[in-house]
Amino acid sequence: MRQHLAILCDNKPGVLTHVAGLISRRAINIECINAGYTEEPDVTRINIVVTVDNKWELDQAINQLAKLIDVLKVVNLDEAPFVSYELAMIKVKCPSAQVRAELTNLAALFNAKIVDVHPQSLVFRITGREDHIDATLAMLQNYEVLEIARTGQISLSRGLVPVKDM
Amino acid sequence: MRMIGAKALIECLKQEHVQVVFGYPGGSVLTLYDELYKSGLPHILTGHEQGAVHAADGYARATGRTGVCFATSGPGVCNMVTGIATAYMDSVPLVVISGQVATTLIGRDSFQEADISGITTPITKHNYLVKNVDDLPRVLKEAFYIASTGRPGPVLVDIAKDVFEKELDFEYPDSVHLRGYQGNVQGQEADVDAAVEALRTARRPLFLTGGGVVSSGTAGLVCDIVRKTGIPVVTTLLGKGSVPDTWPYHLGMAGMHGSYAANMSITDCDLLIAVGARFDDRVTGDVENFAPKARIVHFDIDKVEINKIVHADISVNGDLRWSMPLFADKVLALRDDWDSRFAPWRAEAAARKAAHPFTTPALGRAVTPQALFEALRDYTDGDTVLVTDVGQHQMWAAQFFPAEQPRHFLTSGGLGTMGYGLPAAMGAKLGRPGSQVVLITGDGSILMNCQEFSTLARYGIAVKVLVLHNNVLGMVNQWQVLFYQGHQAESVIPDFPEMSRVAPAMGVPGKQAHDLDDLKEGLDWLFAADGPALLDVRIPAEAKVYPMVPGGRRLDQMILGEEGGAQ
Repeated sequence: MRQHLAILCDNKPGVLTHVAGLISRRAINIECINAGYTEEPDVTRINIVVTVDNKWELDQAINQLAKLIDVLKVVNLDEAPFVSYELAMIKVKCPSAQVRAELTNLAALFNAKIVDVHPQSLVFRITGREDHIDATLAMLQNYEVLEIARTGQISLSRGLVPVKDM
Repeated sequence: MRMIGAKALIECLKQEHVQVVFGYPGGSVLTLYDELYKSGLPHILTGHEQGAVHAADGYARATGRTGVCFATSGPGVCNMVTGIATAYMDSVPLVVISGQVATTLIGRDSFQEADISGITTPITKHNYLVKNVDDLPRVLKEAFYIASTGRPGPVLVDIAKDVFEKELDFEYPDSVHLRGYQGNVQGQEADVDAAVEALRTARRPLFLTGGGVVSSGTAGLVCDIVRKTGIPVVTTLLGKGSVPDTWPYHLGMAGMHGSYAANMSITDCDLLIAVGARFDDRVTGDVENFAPKARIVHFDIDKVEINKIVHADISVNGDLRWSMPLFADKVLALRDDWDSRFAPWRAEAAARKAAHPFTTPALGRAVTPQALFEALRDYTDGDTVLVTDVGQHQMWAAQFFPAEQPRHFLTSGGLGTMGYGLPAAMGAKLGRPGSQVVLITGDGSILMNCQEFSTLARYGIAVKVLVLHNNVLGMVNQWQVLFYQGHQAESVIPDFPEMSRVAPAMGVPGKQAHDLDDLKEGLDWLFAADGPALLDVRIPAEAKVYPMVPGGRRLDQMILGEEGGAQ
């Protein structure tokens, strides 16, 4: 099962190393990891999506992460309703005006923005749920995709209460 | 007060009441050693950085205080990695201070540069790289706090060379502010109640006490409970000494080389109360069939340990200093007729203990391990601190040495580090100068840090060293003989150096004992010697450690090894 964890930690050098090192040595399977600033300048939020076989494995992962000195809090967002989105940028080859027109049409269908235009290529910027991005990529299979960059999912709980107060 | 970083560091150590530092100087810590020189803080110069870190570890285990060691950058602190891992596995509080190359040189593959905070991340409780001198007092305050509170462990503080030289306004913080760390873990009283309730209905309860009982200083409370209720006890290797081995219902160590009584009692008990133990694979054998008839109560400070290996029916997560007094109060308030309720179970345990005691078969006039430990009893007392290396001799020491008190049996359990013993014994003796400190080691292990004989001699640290000399790497050899068709690959070493000559070359007198006829004379000499001394005792290479639970088997599937003489 896939679980979305929000890790709040000190915004200090070495934190990401400590978290990433623990994930690797405790053999926690992660699908994506990303980190960024938060509403509090001294707190970094690391979002990870882990794949676990059962509750036991999940508890182990959460407890191990929580044990790190610079980790303030680990919350499993799957325990309550949450929203989860991802950003992807996709560079597609368009050798002809006709392909460009088709791709522009596709972009509109998927609510993607075209953020770079070159005589031979386009860059799509698409934000959405993971399956939305996967669907876009599936359609783009008929074209020559040159490059993909994805952020991985970031997630927030629904409703008033932030993770730090959970 | 204005001062340079190096001086501030020494001030921090003084504020932490550090009484001795173990270390080895080098390029990036020259300024630190200059301030050390001026400060008069006691420093033990070891022969190797690994010796320094194990010595700090032995000091910490023997005293309960945080061990401190210094090393220079790159090779210096890399030599400490094994010792840091050893301390981490056994939850020993250490603060390791290492020099790093100057901030401007970090990351450029500079001379003697190694990313030691990266290297030690998996084997430290926490670590720091200090690049700004103003951070130094706070970091050291945090380092000592983290190392010694909660589940103890090693903390590494890596300090860039130029930080030692830069000035700061020194003020040692009174308290720490760590948002992500709680030193004193108090749990739920309801969990303790559940544990008490489980005990109320048990008929065949058993205590399994681990290193946590020793390190938390709650052995007295545990002893109180077991004495008043008469519940039999088994210990892990690191739990040895938590309950006196001489207590009649102490069934000995459990696990791979545990006693028949301990392993069978785990198999048969209906309630296993594990206190400060983490169910290492050397303790559990086949986990699926560990304590198959028992409900398991697990007291531990570290939430991660609960349900990690063995599912706990009742878990009490919290510091034993919080849970044990509560548990003791509640249990002893029950006024149950413990004696009659547990009498049949106790009688069964005692019968098992009597039926299959630890033993090594006699072999002519040869000094068997059992004979050696029996002879040793005339020279040791309840305050003797026994330190071991790793291998067969370690297991024999655990089986035959009667530990009376916590912090009196020091051994590398989790990591199993050969070469731990000599420096650890040195640290233990410095920490407990009034106690006799005896090192039991093997001819394989002693070679691994034998440079520390020179340190014993230099400072006159009166460790008594007993080398069990059988010209084999005994534990490896035992496995090869039993499980590898007798292929004794690289484990028979007829030309092991004669330690009774190596040690004197470094200033520690040594003698040999060949058989039962000169053993007493040798021991008389060893314990009468002023200062450190070594006795090399020939033991038969055939001697094996039994019982033995082969890897992956159930605890009740021990090989008892009593059948065929030395086999």
